[in-house]
Amino acid sequence: MTLNDILAKNRESIINRWFDLIVDSYPQNTADFIKSEKNRFANPVGWTIKKGIEDIFEGIIQNKSDAQFFPILDDIIKIRAVQEFTPSEAISFIFLLKQAMCEKIAIENTELFAIESKIDTLASISLDIFMECREKIKQLKTNEGKK
Amino acid sequence: MAKEPKPQEIISQINYKPPQKAWMDIPVEIKEGMFCYGAKEKSLQTLDFPNARAWSVLDEDWKLPEKWDKIVLEGMAERLKKYRSFKIFMDICVRCGACADKCHFFLGSGDPKNMPVLRAELLRSIYRKNFTAAGKILGKLGGGRKLTIDVLKEWWYYFYQCSECRRCSVFCPYGIDTAEITMIARELLNLLGLNIEWIAGPAANCYMKGNHLGLEPHTIKNSIDFLVDEIEEKTGVRVSPTFNRKGAEILFVTPSGDLFADPGTYTCMGYLMLFHELGLDYTWSTYASEGGNFGFFTSMELAKRLNTKLYSEAKRLGVKWILGGECGHMWRVINQYMDTFNGPADFLEVPTSPITGTEFTNAKSTKMTHISEFTADLIKHKKLNLDPKRNDHLKVTFHDSCNVARGMGMFEEPRYVIKSVCNNFYEMPENTIREKTFCCGSGSGLNASENMELRLRGGLPRANAVKHVQEQYGVNMLACICAIDRAALPPLMNYWVPGVDVTGVTELVANALVMKGEKERTTNLRGEDLSWIEDEESKSTDETQIRV
Ligand code: SF4
Ligand code: SF4
Repeated sequence: MTLNDILAKNRESIINRWFDLIVDSYPQNTADFIKSEKNRFANPVGWTIKKGIEDIFEGIIQNKSDAQFFPILDDIIKIRAVQEFTPSEAISFIFLLKQAMCEKIAIENTELFAIESKIDTLASISLDIFMECREKIKQLKTNEGKK
Repeated sequence: MAKEPKPQEIISQINYKPPQKAWMDIPVEIKEGMFCYGAKEKSLQTLDFPNARAWSVLDEDWKLPEKWDKIVLEGMAERLKKYRSFKIFMDICVRCGACADKCHFFLGSGDPKNMPVLRAELLRSIYRKNFTAAGKILGKLGGGRKLTIDVLKEWWYYFYQCSECRRCSVFCPYGIDTAEITMIARELLNLLGLNIEWIAGPAANCYMKGNHLGLEPHTIKNSIDFLVDEIEEKTGVRVSPTFNRKGAEILFVTPSGDLFADPGTYTCMGYLMLFHELGLDYTWSTYASEGGNFGFFTSMELAKRLNTKLYSEAKRLGVKWILGGECGHMWRVINQYMDTFNGPADFLEVPTSPITGTEFTNAKSTKMTHISEFTADLIKHKKLNLDPKRNDHLKVTFHDSCNVARGMGMFEEPRYVIKSVCNNFYEMPENTIREKTFCCGSGSGLNASENMELRLRGGLPRANAVKHVQEQYGVNMLACICAIDRAALPPLMNYWVPGVDVTGVTELVANALVMKGEKERTTNLRGEDLSWIEDEESKSTDETQIRV
């Protein structure tokens, strides 16, 4: 079985664990809420993270090109760009995928290395998007200031 | 060689969980992007407010008066006596948590102190400690705590992160209205000169000049004249509004922002066109030149002061009743508070449409009618010649402004108007509209530029619902009936849902309105080309001919 096959087989448990790890960076009662409320409109942050990481995971399995990850990452990063995260904190959610994988599947160092470089690429794309978002917020502030 | 650790082993040592502490033990940390600048000395002086001084939020020393804690506690005692609702709200919360996840600021930020129940608890803990036996004796165990400078800063930070939208109150089984708790908290903060400039500045302007922007009469006239020229260019019809005209039947009042900033200006052009087409006997006032009331975000006393001006002007001009434009909190003040402040306005008559004869008995006491009610009534009686096709390039959804929805209970009229002038209308999901509508994130005077992160977070739940109808139906226009929305929603859409624009409802009406003597409309009020209408018309004629 290739690593991609193993990932596909364990899709749900890895994604769920990944989601929990991301959400646990919020204060406890917030995290409890984000995990439990399933309605998209009652829980925009939880829904966006869940949908986003599902799509990222799928993209990794399907070996999507880097460019195809932009719109997928955009929705999550936009939220993190307004939530007081430093750039490294904002993109840390990508790295949590490693932890989720390691916890859920037996994975050898060589295999991890292969997927690690993909994850690193996603992190640097995320950083670019994050900086773009911050730039946009700055612009919005300036535009408003002119009014 | 040392054994290489397994990835699992390395990763399991990292702890991503933040430490768990009780909320009282987490000190406030004032962060950039989350607060508005402090009120300026000059603004507070103009309003005769205490402790006017130069100060900065990020300074350690907020230059408070001596015995500031005594001032706050006495202020609290006075208000507990004066407002029965405040006393009840302090006493009856059972901390059931039904409101906790209903605040857009909590949903967008994840900060537990933005949960309505905790926001209220910031104040309630001081109430318990100082005004209840259990709190006095048990202290922290009884949910009480001492009023310290850190508590005061926490109040300031979080009560200026509540847009007084009342969404939480819809879900509270006891009807506790956290917005009103915020109002009281802000009153208490104002006893120490702790307002924000984005509120104090406009309120001072309004007090001196009659509007938030501080526009003088000639400037108001000039900007409306400019809009008159624009209308003539687009429609070929020259409208002729009057100003401060004694003996007019109706006084028209709208937020001053609509005279200047797009897209509000198009809505303002819409009013001018509609009233001209009807031949309405109305006047603008350059003194009561503001529908909004930033006093309302400060204290009841200041809200009353600013509200008085509308009625004094109506009296001076001798009009019969007041027609109000598309504004949010103007209507909350009129509907919920005006009657207690300044009512009943017995010197005026019950608003009656001179066109349809409809008597607006809901405004029997305040004598002020909403433009959407007025327009819906005109449409119902078929008094307007409308061509909705002109809005066919738009796929419209409607944002219920908190104040008009929850503060006034008006849901149907704007929808009826939009559906009469647009062929493509799509609702956002049920739990995001009408009484459950999500705030724009910038209400109650929080629409400054320095707190953009706060506004974007608070606006996320609203934007998220707009994004849904954009994906589902291709919605490209967000309609609203509030001037703060017209100012606050464009940056929100720009960030979260690019491709969706913002409009007032009366702008949509004016674009569909077929006026007597108008020239062929080649553009809409925004100057956007309408030639596609002809193309579509000829296309459909061709199709009919083929079918024949
Ligand atoms: S819903 Fe009402 S009673 Fe329950 S915690 Fe909120 S304010 Fe208190
Ligand atoms: S009134 Fe609105 S902003 Fe204030 S706590 Fe309630 S939901 Fe949040």
